[in-house]
Parts: sequence; C-alpha cells; structure tokens
Amino acid sequence: MSLSWRMLARDWRAGELGVLGVALALAVASVTSVGFFADRVGRALARDAHQLLGADLVLVADHPWKKQVIEKISASGAKHAQALSFVSMALRGDASQLAGVKAVSQGYPLRGRLRIAPAPGAPDAEAQGIPPPGSVWVDERLVTDLGTGVGQKLRLGRQELEVAAVITLEPERSAGFFNFAPRVLLNLADVPATGLVQPGSRVSYFEYAAGSPEVVSRLQDELKKDLGRGERIETLETGRPEIRAAVERAQRFLGLTALLAAVLAGVAIALATRRFVERHLDGVAVMRCLGATQPRLLRLYAAEFAMLGAIACLLGAALGYLAQAGLGAALEGVLRADLPLATPWPALQGALVGVALLLGFALPPLVQLKNVPALRVMRRELGSPGAGAAASYAGGFVTLCALLVWQAGDSRLGAYVVGGFAVALVVFFVAAFLALKSLSRLRFARDLRRHLRANAVQTAALALGLTALLLLTFTRNDLVDAWRRSAPQDAPNRFLIGLQPDQVSPMKLFLAGKGISVPDIYPMVRGRLVAVNGTPVSEADYDDERARRLVEREFNLSYVDELPSHNAIAAGRWLDPGKAELSVEEGVAGRLGWKLGDELTFAVAGERFGARITSLRRLRWDSMKVNFFVIAPAKLLERFPASFISALRIEPGREAVVGELARRFPNVTVLDVGAMLREAQRLVDQLVHAVQFIFLFALAAGLLVLYCALGATEDERRREAAMMRVLGASRRQVARRSRAEFLAMGLVGGVLAALGAALIGELLARRVFEIDLPINAALWISGPLAGLALLSLNAWLSARKVLAAPPALTLRDSV
Amino acid sequence: MRSGAQELVILRDIDLEVTRGEALSVVGASGSGKSTLLALLAGLDTPSEGRVELDGQDLFALDEDARAALRGRAVGFVFQSFQLLPALTALENAMLPLELSGKGDPEKAAREMLARVGLAERLQHYPRQLSGGEQQRVALARAFVARPKLLLADEPTGSLDAESGEAVIRLLFELNRESGTTLVLVTHDESLAKRCGRSLRLAAGRIG
Repeated sequence: MSLSWRMLARDWRAGELGVLGVALALAVASVTSVGFFADRVGRALARDAHQLLGADLVLVADHPWKKQVIEKISASGAKHAQALSFVSMALRGDASQLAGVKAVSQGYPLRGRLRIAPAPGAPDAEAQGIPPPGSVWVDERLVTDLGTGVGQKLRLGRQELEVAAVITLEPERSAGFFNFAPRVLLNLADVPATGLVQPGSRVSYFEYAAGSPEVVSRLQDELKKDLGRGERIETLETGRPEIRAAVERAQRFLGLTALLAAVLAGVAIALATRRFVERHLDGVAVMRCLGATQPRLLRLYAAEFAMLGAIACLLGAALGYLAQAGLGAALEGVLRADLPLATPWPALQGALVGVALLLGFALPPLVQLKNVPALRVMRRELGSPGAGAAASYAGGFVTLCALLVWQAGDSRLGAYVVGGFAVALVVFFVAAFLALKSLSRLRFARDLRRHLRANAVQTAALALGLTALLLLTFTRNDLVDAWRRSAPQDAPNRFLIGLQPDQVSPMKLFLAGKGISVPDIYPMVRGRLVAVNGTPVSEADYDDERARRLVEREFNLSYVDELPSHNAIAAGRWLDPGKAELSVEEGVAGRLGWKLGDELTFAVAGERFGARITSLRRLRWDSMKVNFFVIAPAKLLERFPASFISALRIEPGREAVVGELARRFPNVTVLDVGAMLREAQRLVDQLVHAVQFIFLFALAAGLLVLYCALGATEDERRREAAMMRVLGASRRQVARRSRAEFLAMGLVGGVLAALGAALIGELLARRVFEIDLPINAALWISGPLAGLALLSLNAWLSARKVLAAPPALTLRDSV
Repeated sequence: MRSGAQELVILRDIDLEVTRGEALSVVGASGSGKSTLLALLAGLDTPSEGRVELDGQDLFALDEDARAALRGRAVGFVFQSFQLLPALTALENAMLPLELSGKGDPEKAAREMLARVGLAERLQHYPRQLSGGEQQRVALARAFVARPKLLLADEPTGSLDAESGEAVIRLLFELNRESGTTLVLVTHDESLAKRCGRSLRLAAGRIG
C-alpha cells in the first residue's frame, strides 16, 4: 500500500498523472454539481410542500365546485377555505398592469404562512387573517409598476380597492418558477363587485381543506371518486406536479450534459492511461526483473490508481459543490425559494461515476502492464500493448451508456443522446479522415499522411469540443434573435381578452377614435371534447403529455364563416356555413389523432353538439394574431355564451391608450406580448447563464480529450524531429513540418465544428422553434479561426518541447 | 533453445556449472547467444529443452511469478542500457528492489549503497541529469542493495567511454568481492573477460 502511495507521488511528480486526475475530477465535478443542485431543489420542494399547497388537500377546477363537494368538506370536520384566481388589469390613474388576482375566504391559508409588510422594504410580519373587504394586499412589484403606495387606491374591474399591505411571502408562490404577473390578493367577498368573473373568463376555483391525517385521507378518498373533467386534487404527495415535473426535466437535461462531460472525460482517461502504460512498459519490465510478480504489479498499480481516483473524486466532489453553489446563486431569481444545504449523497453518486470511469477506461489498459515480460529489459520490442484493445473498453462503455440512459429517465431519450454522441464522433472522425487525406495531396501538407488516423482522431476531438463552444456562443444567440425577428414588424403586440358581446362595437369605436387600426375581433366559446366518432374520450387515452393537457382542458372554439387571412387550408375544404362542420389546426389534429371526416363531439354549457372535420388549417403562430385550434360556422356556435378576443398593435409611445382602454373596459384583460416575451427571454437567459457551468465542464472535458489525443503522438513526433535534426534539418524546417500538419488539422476541425453547430442549430430551428435560421457568417469564420488558433498554440508549444532537447538525448531516451 | 517456426537454434548443448562466489565471464561475437544465455540464467526466458538450477531450485519447474519471486530474493542485474526508471531519482531507483520485496529499510540501504558507489551527493538527481557512468553506478547500487547471491551483468560497459567504463568495472568487482556474490558477466571485451576467474567462449550457440 505504502509503495503504491510512493509510486503515486513519483508518477505525479513526473507529470504522468495530471491529465488523468484532472479528467476524473472534472467528470465527478460535473456529475456532483448537478446532483447537489437537484438534491437541494428537491429538498426545498419537500420542505415547502405544506407551504406550496397552502393546505393538506387542495381541489382545483376551471369551474365552480359543486355544492355537494363543498358540503362533503364541511361535513368531514376538516378546516375549509376557498379561493379563486384569474388574471386581470390593475389600474391606477393612467397606469395599468396585468396582475395575478387571487380572492380568498376567511381562514386562508390553512397551512403555511402569509407574510406582509406595511410598506415596501419595511420589516414584515405574519399576516393576521386576510385582506378586509374593500382592500387588497399586493406584490412589491405592482407597487413599483403602478407607482401606488400603501393607503392608496387601486382599481380592479369596476371596483376601487385600497392597498393595505405589501405581500412578502405567500403560500403557493414561494417556489413558483415563472411569475409573469404580480399578485393582488383580495377578499372573496369583493369579487362580485369587480364584475371580473364573467362567461369566458379563465378562472381557477380552489377549495382548501386541512385536518388530521385520517380526516384528510378519508376526505380525499371520498372526493376522488366523483372528480369530473377539469377537476383535480392536489395533496402533499402529488403536490404541485408541474413544479416537480419542471425540476425533474431540468435535472434530466443538466444530468445528461454532465454525463456527456463524464463520457468525454472517460475518453480522456482512456487515452491518458494508455500513454501512462506505454511510458511504464520499461519500468515494469525492470520491476519484473527485480522480482515483482504479476499479481503484485497489478495490485501495486491498481492501488496507485485507486488512490489517485479517491483523491480526484474528493476534489471533484468539492469542485462540484462549489459549482452548484454558483448554479444556485445564478438561479436565485428564477427559483424563488431559499435552498436548504445539500446532503452528501450526490457526492457518493459522483464518486460512483468516477469509479465506473476508472474501472471502465483506466483498468483495461492498466491490466496490460502486468503482461509485460521481464525479457523486455533485453529485447525492447517485446510486450508493447496491442492496438486491438478497443474491445476491452466495452465494459466501461456499457456502464456509461447505462448511466446515460438512467439519467435520461427514459430509454428513448437516453438512446438518442448515446447514439447522437457516437454518431457525431464517428461522423467527425470519418469527415476529418477524408478531409485530411485529400489535404495531404497538397505539397505543404504532405506530412498529414504520416499519422493520418491519429490525426483524424485528434481532429474529431477538436471538432467535438468546438461544436459545444460554438453552440453555446453563436447558435444560442442566433436562435433567440431569429425567433424574435420571426414576428413581422407590424405584428400585433397586445391581446385583448374577455370582451363581452355588448362591448364589441364600443371597442371598435374606441379604437377607431384613437386612430388605431381596428382589428378582427373573434368570438370564443369554451367547450370540452367529449367524444371522437361517437367514442367517449378521456385524457387517459393519450400518452403524450401535451395531448393529455389538451383533452383535459376546455377548447377555445371560435366561429367565423370566412377563412381568417393568416390561415391556410392544408387539406380538405373550407366550412360550409350551413352545415355542422369543423376546421381544425393540423398540428393539434396530428397530436390528437384526428383525421378529415372524423366527427368530434363537444360539450358547451351542458349541451352537446357534434360536427365533422372538413378541413385542416395551417397557421403561422409567429404572426402574433389570434388563432384557434377549432373553428366552426357561426350557425353552429352562435347560441352559446361567448366572449371575444382580439390582437392589436399599439405603437411604442402610445401605451397610454392601454390605460384608457382598461378604464373604459375594466373587465377586459390586456396582455402585453412584448413584455411577456421579454420576461420569457430574461428567464431563458438566466437559465442559460446558470447551466453554462455544466456546459463549461463538458467543454473542458472536450479540450482534455484533445490534449490527450495530441499527447498520444507527441513522443513519436519528438523522436521524428530528433531524427530529422540528426539528418541535418534545421530547427525551422522541423517546426514548419509540424506546423503545417497542425494547421491543417485545426482548419478541418474548425470547419467541422461550424458545420456541426450550424446543423444542430438548423435542426432546433426547424423542429423546436419552427423558424428559419439565417446563415451566420461569424460562426463560419469563428469556428475555423478557433481551430486554427488552438492548434497553432499547440504547434508552438509542441515545437518548443520537441526542439528544446538536443536530438541525441531524445534519441537515447527513446532507444 | 529454439525460436520461431523455422527451428532457429540459438543455444545448444550448454552444460555449465557456476559455483558460489565465482566470477564467470561469457564472451562471444554479436549473435553468438550470450544474451540469450543470460536471459535463461535469470529465468527471463524459457528454453525449448533443458534445465537451469539456481540455488538448488529448478528454474523452469517454477511458473513465471515464482521465478520472479526467486529473482527478487537472489538475483541482481546490470544492463548495458542501465534500465533506470526515468521518473525516479537516483535514490528511488536504488530503493526499488527493497521496496518491492518489502524487506529492511529501503532508503537507508539505498543511501549507503549509493554512497559506496560515490554518488552520495547525487541522490535526488534524475537519470537524465546523470552522466552515463553515473547512471551505471546507480544501476550497480540497485543491483547490490538487496544483497543478491547472483549478479548478472550484460555488457555493463557497452554504453560507456573507456574511462567511466573502467571505473564502473572496478566498482563492480569490488562490490562483488565485498558481498561474496556469484558473478556472471557477458561481454565482448576480451580484456574485461580475463579479469574474471573463469571465462567461457560462445560461438554460434555452443561453448567453444
């Protein structure tokens, strides 16, 4: 053991373990940083479960709960409170701001705390009860945005309410990730006076219950049986599934990135160990001569690597801990919760990955050391490790694949990642091989032929690392820009939601009076999908999460007799105004499996109607105009209660019109699309900023692979250079030879990386964002330039090393 | 001893006995089979036919690991190309045999032995910082530090100039005498061969 320890110290001193240790530490760091972070978020969610729910049991529906349900809660002996929430405009003077309104009954919250302060920035205290009738409590952001203060008035719909306090902590929001509209909390009794709850308004209805575990579980069982469409129960166990799902998804993707770093590190470890083994063949032969048995040697080196592994894992875990602290800090704005300290468990997980990497990628070449015959001391050609050792890495590769699939959470995503990675490597290798081969026909790059295969491997590694870098720097920004630009210059930037039928004409007059071009105003009827071709439909029929959501919620149906100008018929023919027909958007039809000729049955306000699909429409979602999944002829839907919706453009500088509009039509909600986009982008930027840590790990690992790949041929280059010097080549000639080689590799690697980044960007643009990504010249210049710069640096360093030693010494060392 | 498919016979009809404390030189031209004989004596290579007994033990009745263990106990080596580990200092190179066998105090013994070969001032130097003669003296220290019964030397002066070669040889014989080691020295240098008690000439794989 102590001898292994001394060997470790000596090999470290000789600089032969540095890369290996760094690669291992990097892998562990990237895995643990994500692990620690996920652990903290998970524990925050568990800790705040009560706080998040505001009760032990929450019933949520998109319509008022039936009396029987409320009676059941009262009869069960549990504590009971009610709430409803919706978005609406909050007004003060000329200023208006979209607010998330929540109206609560006495007793709210049943669990967790509500904290308020008498003024922004003032010390807060636990709230006693709820806002008294006639008053509201608001988020600090609303105070700033509206320029209102505590004690002043604020208008919601038809009602003036007094701002009585500033909310500092609110249940159900402490871990709310996305917070577009600041909160206004009011007394449930004030809602009717505002006139904001009308047909067509999107309102969520909550019933809260809290009590002893037995009471709650009995109540839950009882209520679960009679749940209707659009109704669900949230408990501590299911609590806030959307947050949990978001966290899990984030963790999954971060974890995958981290594991990709680990895979790259594994490659680096394999390369570095191989080099280590090659450099130790002679020493091992001498040790065999001096009486070391094979098992002894294996034990010695295994112990040496185990100790190195342990140290690297410890350092990696520490580094991972630091990185996740940065991650947490960077995400503080998004994640509105203070995170508890991490448990040591993720460090163990990271160490496990470290061990897997060592066993999988360092052990196979290391085992070859024990097979070195002692006779090598006299006959040097004996015992060089065979090239066909690729099979021995199978174990490591399989382990890593298993880890990736496990991290991905589902085998298909895992397979995509593993496959994509493997394909990228192979494609880069083949492309690099072919490119270098054809370049080698040129006079100046003739030397490429000498190490064609090794050079192709190095170029592929370079391309992989650079691709990641280019994706992070160029493609990300290009995508965001293209997405932003994809909306036409004169695209609408405000949505008007919740117009009542009798407000349509006054609204048109109002807008015309303000010199704003009068937009199309569409009726909107909310209906549930009940059956397709006579067969009842439920969300359980669909696997796809988005399909389930579509089916579970109410559809916004519209009626017009003419095809809206920004829609196009993709299949079938436009509606016959006199018949029961439907025109559906082709994307939603595909998702839900609808075809031309299918009969859909919807339930609206307790009444059912059926109609056939006669056309599929193609929409431009980025037109920012009002779009509907399902459109019917007016005749079919006119008799149902409808609200109206429109999109219009308010030129910059004329925002005051919005305030006036909100005062004239207090029940109408004005959504500022630009502000929402900006908010979404701020969030995305924050997220990207935070996860860059993890990508940096992957990048560093990629560079390590490159470094190792270059190191693998360094000894040979050094010998060749020495030989050339002996044969009379000048230092300049030697340097020029390797420079041409490196530059060609840098160029090819850089071009491949730009190609890879552009391809992935294009794929994302087409498939995810559905936009066109313009060609970015900067990407195509930067990729090759970065490749050239990196390998020029390497060529310079290598030439210095290669030429530093007198040729005789180099040759003598290598005999 | 045969090698390859074509029955290339390297050594044949060798019958040789070396007694304890004796110094034997093996001379012959390149390719005469001297190095192969040395490898066989050390148990580094196995013969297609024949036996080698070391200290009453049949070498080839043992497996390779047992032979290695025996080497560790009883045999020291000096090579033409020194075979020092480049990443280790002079001191660490000399400590290696005792470290591997786990006997005694490797550092103390190695220091003493390096002082004996005149390198007390160069303990922390790496092989590449030492001259050829110095490197071979480190190799001598490494060979004698474990007090082997048998020392096998393969052209110990082959890579050295005349002067440092002579110094190394003088040291080799001195150490050999002091520790009563049996010495088998392979060389093509006739004058060096004559300084051993007995000399053996190999030609085309036979004792000539």
